[in-house]
Amino acid sequence: MIEFQAVTKRFDDGTVAVDELNLTVDPGRITVFVGPSGCGKTTSLRMINRMIDATSGAILVDGKDVRQSDPPLLRRGIGYVIQQAGLFPHRTVLDNVATVPVLAGWSRAKARKRAAELLETVGLPATMAGRYPAQLSGGQQQRVGVARALAVDPPVLLMDEPFSAVDPVVREDLQNELLRLQGELDKTIVFVTHDIDEAIKLGDKVAVFRTGGILAQYDKPSELLARPADDFVSNFVGRDRGYRALGFLTASGLTVGEIASVQLGDTAGDARRKLSDGWIVVVDERRHPCGWLSADRLSGVDENATVDADLVMSGGSLYDTEHGSLRSALDSALSSPSAHGVAVNGGGELVGSITADEVLRALAAARTSGEVPQ
Amino acid sequence: MNLLTSWLFDPANWSGSTGVPARLVEHLWYTALALVIAVVIGFPLGAMVGHTKRGGFVLVGAANVLRALPTVGVLTLVVLLAGIGLIPPIAALTLLAIPPIMAGAYAGIGAVEPVVVDAARGVGMTEREILFQVEIPNAMPLIFGGVRSAALQVVATATIAAYVGLGGFGRYVFDGLALHDYPQMAGGAILVAVLAVLVELVLTGVQRLVVSPGLRPVRTSGGIQR
Repeated sequence: MIEFQAVTKRFDDGTVAVDELNLTVDPGRITVFVGPSGCGKTTSLRMINRMIDATSGAILVDGKDVRQSDPPLLRRGIGYVIQQAGLFPHRTVLDNVATVPVLAGWSRAKARKRAAELLETVGLPATMAGRYPAQLSGGQQQRVGVARALAVDPPVLLMDEPFSAVDPVVREDLQNELLRLQGELDKTIVFVTHDIDEAIKLGDKVAVFRTGGILAQYDKPSELLARPADDFVSNFVGRDRGYRALGFLTASGLTVGEIASVQLGDTAGDARRKLSDGWIVVVDERRHPCGWLSADRLSGVDENATVDADLVMSGGSLYDTEHGSLRSALDSALSSPSAHGVAVNGGGELVGSITADEVLRALAAARTSGEVPQ
Repeated sequence: MNLLTSWLFDPANWSGSTGVPARLVEHLWYTALALVIAVVIGFPLGAMVGHTKRGGFVLVGAANVLRALPTVGVLTLVVLLAGIGLIPPIAALTLLAIPPIMAGAYAGIGAVEPVVVDAARGVGMTEREILFQVEIPNAMPLIFGGVRSAALQVVATATIAAYVGLGGFGRYVFDGLALHDYPQMAGGAILVAVLAVLVELVLTGVQRLVVSPGLRPVRTSGGIQR
């Protein structure tokens, strides 16, 4: 557990980076510090491992004031991941990960063995071990950065905008990977970002800071979206917060409708006969959806022509009936060319269709039953 | 052509206490001595300023002042102060070698990416560990560049040892000058030049060994990976 008690940081030039911060980070959870630049989120994080010392107040890690510990020793017991990873260019991937165990006095052989295990944990192939950081992509470097931070299995992990320098696709991979890892490791993670979407996705709790180092709100992400404490928070979480809040509502109350489908390899005639409202879903031999056909698309196509990948129009997002939220259900309907969202089961097989109206009906039902706070 | 090589290829000049091998040993001895002293003085100063990021202005100023000193002037001054002997030429050569070594260490360590140093501190390295395990290894190409540059200058300038009565290849140059023996002068000059090239080659080889492969430019079939 990490506790900020009336922590203030005033820099030499007089600027107050953090102002009387009181906050308790729950153990075994991801706590995200989010806010605009200059809000003191990074300063707050860096005061935990004494990269910056507080001007006044106290920070307790496991009940002990961090100022009682020698900074290097304190830091070895706290994992640290930063933007662009900060890997040591002159060391191989394996030796980068082995850094902290070696500092802690492990033998090189034991440290490297541990490092090799960790590369596997963070999803890097063993062949990467002998490479140097300059030979890796940004996403791979960041995985190595996470492995390095986990090397001596510290209970606390500090992550300072770790994913902000990689492209959006890789960022999403890394975020999912972090959630997967956290599912296994149960670390106390403090994560700093300026991206509210990242905060909401990763945080068990989110602390929103405003300029001047003032904590504006500290809450669960769903609460933040549903009940922002003030105008600053509601502006910061964004105009489409109502839409994003749907991401926290399970879609269990949704009724999945019938849907017409045809398999790749069937004839255009079959497809035309089974059209429903002028549309039909095309599936492959495993019944995984691969797109749509419309009456327009089929007009002029020979009766006996086979339905193949070239003919199929690409579809929208899929809605997973076992894990999806109302947000993903609504998105599937909105992104579908036919206005019918395609619903699949956990194995990716087509199960039916969903409409935007149906999502709104389910939302209204959830409101009545009190599931949606308002 | 004969003027240039007649002395150099005369076997009589390649043996004895005034022969080329003996002068080579003397020349290398002055060079090594001056370089080692310059490294001992210049490297810690440069490294300290590079690590703390404090005093860079003073250091650059001091290096420029040292660079502006005429070596023969320093030599003469030290002879006047300390008399004839090993000290004057070594002092002059050391002052010549300090600026590039100091500047290499300062620039190399100062140029290590801040994010790398931040990570080193953040994972729990002490300042000493940061300097020795992260900053110096990463600064090695520039540190070594400074040492190579100093070594070249010292090898070439070590001829001045003969000016105050010591040995080395400079002996041939100054003796040749005094005796109007131009083939001997030319031989001495050629030997110094060849030695400078050899020293450069050897140091380049050593640099390959001490610089981590991770710091070399990355070449892969797909171009530079980032």
